[in-house]
Amino acid sequence: MKQAAGRYEPYSYFQLMEVSLRELLVEKGVVSEDAIAGAMAIMRARGPERGAAMVARAWLDPAYKARLLGDGSRAAEELGFEVPGLRLIVVENTPATHNAIVCTLCSCYPRILLGLPPEWYKSKPYRSRMVREPRKVLAEFGLKVPAKAQIRVHDSNADMRYMVLPMRPAGTEGWNEQRLAGLVSRDCLIGVAVPKIPKNPKPRKSR
Amino acid sequence: MRSVPLYAVGDRVRVRKAAPLGHVRTPYYIRGHSGVVERICGAFPNPEELAQQRDGLPAQPLYRVRFRQRDVWPGYRGGAADVLELEIFQHWIEP
Repeated sequence: MKQAAGRYEPYSYFQLMEVSLRELLVEKGVVSEDAIAGAMAIMRARGPERGAAMVARAWLDPAYKARLLGDGSRAAEELGFEVPGLRLIVVENTPATHNAIVCTLCSCYPRILLGLPPEWYKSKPYRSRMVREPRKVLAEFGLKVPAKAQIRVHDSNADMRYMVLPMRPAGTEGWNEQRLAGLVSRDCLIGVAVPKIPKNPKPRKSR
Repeated sequence: MRSVPLYAVGDRVRVRKAAPLGHVRTPYYIRGHSGVVERICGAFPNPEELAQQRDGLPAQPLYRVRFRQRDVWPGYRGGAADVLELEIFQHWIEP
């Protein structure tokens, strides 16, 4: 935790519990400091690339899309991603329906596919407001959902995890899978944004 | 506690209005509300039992239940078609 020079903040109850448990496990030889640091480095390095790859494949392959919507975890494995214990439900955006994910009880999130959740996803304002006034919250993210469209908010409150399959943006005809995946951000997969073609695309390297 | 699913997709179900102590995965705001079963997710050990270091068996059927926003929040300011979906364990559904 960041602390201003000269200012000391005592640990909170849960921070203290985490440190105590970790130190005990290390002291008793159950895990090593290196193993903990290594696992944290892997978690921090993971981004939403796997989720984005699944979306891009679904945009290009209708049969894959059907399998993705039928069983998200199997569809992840099909692309070579190991997802032990993950029970993934993929929900599809259409012109008539917009989906968004929240975990009101804590911060449940398909980390193995999307990386660590952003701080705001774990914040109390997002968790409490997303289920109650989703249109207002989405507007604050810069996403105006048409009044005629239905909003489906998914509370990830128990054993399943969720990912949004956004709509493929117009103007991407003929794009390959990798280029399409580049449009799919973490926020698109949570449902607080939709994929857009960048207005001033960086010049692409010719190959 | 029954471990076979008692409800089917499309059934209208009501979440128990109760306030037990301990680790509960049924958010407070949805207790007492009615919705429609959207899908059956399978069966999972009861989290309230798991939190007490017990095995949570028999596994409880877990339902994806769809609630109308206007039913859950009086004065909801959004589309009439807007919905909220949650996972509800069978032992939280009222007979």
